[in-house]
This record gives sequence, C-alpha cells and structure tokens, in this order.
Amino acid sequence: MNPKGPRLGEPASRWRMIGVPVASVMFASALPLMLPLVASSPVLPPLGLLFFLSWQLLRTEMWPVWIGLPLGLWDDLFSGAPIGTAVFLWTAASIAIAYLSQRIYWRGFFHDWAIGALLVAIIQALAALLTHPHAATGRVLGLVAPQIIVSVLLVPLFLRLTGKFDNFRLKRR
Amino acid sequence: MVRPAHRRPGQSRKAQYSLFAAYVIAVTGAVAGLLLAVLSVVDPVGFAQLRIASHEVTAPVARATRSAIGSISGIDDAVSAYVGAGSQNRRLRKELAETRRQLVATSSLQEENRQLKALLKLQETDKSAIANGYLLTSTSTSSKRIALLSIGRNLGVEAGQPVRGADGLIGRVLGSGPSVSQVLLITDIDTIVPVRRARDGLPALAYGRGNGDLDVRTLNIANNPFKPGDILLTSGTGGLYPPNIPVAIVARRQNDGALARPLADPAKVDAVSVLRPYTPEDAEAQLLKSAPGAIPEVPKAP
Repeated sequence: MNPKGPRLGEPASRWRMIGVPVASVMFASALPLMLPLVASSPVLPPLGLLFFLSWQLLRTEMWPVWIGLPLGLWDDLFSGAPIGTAVFLWTAASIAIAYLSQRIYWRGFFHDWAIGALLVAIIQALAALLTHPHAATGRVLGLVAPQIIVSVLLVPLFLRLTGKFDNFRLKRR
Repeated sequence: MVRPAHRRPGQSRKAQYSLFAAYVIAVTGAVAGLLLAVLSVVDPVGFAQLRIASHEVTAPVARATRSAIGSISGIDDAVSAYVGAGSQNRRLRKELAETRRQLVATSSLQEENRQLKALLKLQETDKSAIANGYLLTSTSTSSKRIALLSIGRNLGVEAGQPVRGADGLIGRVLGSGPSVSQVLLITDIDTIVPVRRARDGLPALAYGRGNGDLDVRTLNIANNPFKPGDILLTSGTGGLYPPNIPVAIVARRQNDGALARPLADPAKVDAVSVLRPYTPEDAEAQLLKSAPGAIPEVPKAP
C-alpha cells in the first residue's frame, strides 16, 4: 500500500470489494431476528435469499458457485428451518444461475426478474416442505404462497438495492 | 443489460481445474447440506445449541429495537379490524349481553365449587411459574413458528417447559441458551396440544395450522360437537402442559372438527411465564400428600 494514502482514481479497497456483498447478505439474513416482530405466519420475505440471488444475477462471476455453503449455513442459523436446508437450496440456486447465464447470453431486466422469482418460489416451497416433512403438502404450500407472491414482487426492488450497493462497492477513490 | 459471464476458462489448465474444483465443492457441499437438513429434522436437539448461540448474538439488538419502537406486530390485525368494524361491533354487543347472563350463573357455581373443593381437601396442582420474561422476536421468514424468549438458563429455563401468557397457552421451550431461549408456539404446524372443552370436558386435540389458527379435532369423529364460542383448555393428558390453561376459542365449524383461534396472541402478549412441565405423577403425588390413606396406592404401569 502507498503510505501517503490512496491515489486519485484508485480502485476500491479489496476489503470493500469482497466485504460489501457478503455483509449485505449476512445482515439481511439476521435482520428478521433483530426486529421486535412476533409473527403468526411467514410474513416477511426471505431478505437474505433475495440479496443472495440479486448479487448473483447482477455479478454472476463475482462469487464461486460454492458461496451458498457458508452463506446458506449462516441463513439457516437464523431462519428457523432445519440446518442444512439453505446450504443445499442456495448452492443449487448458484449452480442454476451459473448454468442459465451461459444459456441466456444477454440477460435483460425481465430475464433477471423471472429467474429470481422462479428460484425464490422453488427455494421457499422446498424449504417449507423440508421443515415440515410430516404435514400435508398442500397445507404447507398454502402457508408459504403469500410470502412467495410478495417476494416475487419485491425482486426488482432488491435488484435495484443491490445495484446501489454495487456502486458503493466499486466506487473509486 | 447484464454483462455476459465468461465462465469458460479458455486454454489455461489452472483456470480449468479451479472452475472444476469449485463445482465439485458446490455439489458435494449441497448434498452434505441436504443430509444435514434431514438429520436435523430427525434430531432437532443436536443442532439447537448452534442456533441458540447465533440468537444470543442478535438478542441484544432485538432487545434494543423492542424497547425503542415497541412491538410493531399486529399491523395486519389493525387493518382487518377497520374492515370488519361494523359487524364486529354488533357481534360483540350480543356476546356481551350473553356473557353477563353467564357471569351471574357462574358466580354461584364458583361458590359451590369452592365449598365442594374444601370438602374434598383437593389442592390446586403447583402452578407457580419458574420465571417470567417477554417475547423478543420470532422467525418471521420461515414456516416454522419459533419465538425468542428474553430469559434463558440464567433464570432456570430448560427445554420442554410450557410457556403461557396471561390469556392462555403460548407454547413450549425448544431450547435455552445463557440469556435467551426459543419457544415453539402452539400455532406451529408440527405441534399438538391435548385439550378439553371447558363446558363439558369433551377431549380433543388442537393442531397448529401454521398461520396463527388451530385445527381442533375430537377423538371420536362420528359427530361434530363444536359450536363457535366454545372455550378449550389444556387437559393435562400426556403430561407437559398443566391442565386448565386456556388455549383457544372455537371460531368456526369445519368438516372434521373446528377452527379455533388461540386466546393468547403471542404478537400482543406482554409478559409470559415459564411453567414447570406437568407430569401425571405430579398430580398423583399431590393427591396422596393431601389425603394420605384416602386413595389406595396405584400400581405403576409397566
């Protein structure tokens, strides 16, 4: 490092480049357990998952495909689903996005929304089924359906938010 | 428009191998995660401490936000209350008149009950609370209904203890950490509470629906005896929940039982008490202690 401080136009520090995406996902995962909200049904969208998918849709090459393992484990600690659920589902989502980014070469906004919505719906439904293996399938899916609809509608907002974070992440000095 | 990804590593062997290794790690890890999930469904106790430890980290923030903005839950209730205000007012007035009439009848019954109990020298089972706390927050993004209680092992809270509010049963302790503990609410889709109808002691089971309501089913399914307004209490059957704690009020009849609403709303309840887990042996011991010799020794079932 330059002892005189950063030079004009130098890229952002390595810590910020790596830290901002990871920190945003981790904070969003833990946020529901910091709010004084005792819910009687799944009312909040899966914030951590939405940020995780948005980052991958925006910067597909930023993370290796195994990034879902540590971030999923962190989310499992707070989500209430059995530990390992998000580890599995988030990593599968990473692989799916990596595959789709090769199939759909130029992705537009609606592509991103569609992919994000589809993955959120599948992940939330499967996570609920894994959490309650003995309950009736229809009832469990009915329970998470409103949450899935809200999450799908929120995907564009999270894409924009992630874009703002990305601007901060890459801001030159 | 998103810039296309350049996943193809080209001619570099090193890049090819590292990309391949990333996929191997991802797939192996995902499969391991799935196995872990299945394991933690089968044996939820094994991973409870890990989760409790992470909740200990966020609990101070939850305490601070709770005291700063109070409980922001119940927003959905407030909205629906506006929508149904008129019909609700009419219904409540009718209920009030009905309740007044019942109150008169009940007060005489209470007196009679007191006298009969004195005759029998029956003592109330030990209902004293171990500790009191409040619900901090909950897992509001998943389908599991777990709330975080503000007290833990520091005040003697252990897994398996029932938790109640002033209005009724809340749930049971799933696991406890040094200063917080997890409470599985009775509305969780995997919980079952043995109940009886307050009016006539009809036994039934209350299943959580996962959306804040309970499904009540009787043990005999030939007829459907429930009426809206029936109060359900814990029966004490099978242990764990002490008898005579209010649980729910029947809202609507269904094909196979009834839909009931819990009397204690965890979103609005202020303070909760952690009780001693109830065991049927407790009741027997109490009975023997109060009237020695009156009841012959019951042989233990093998």
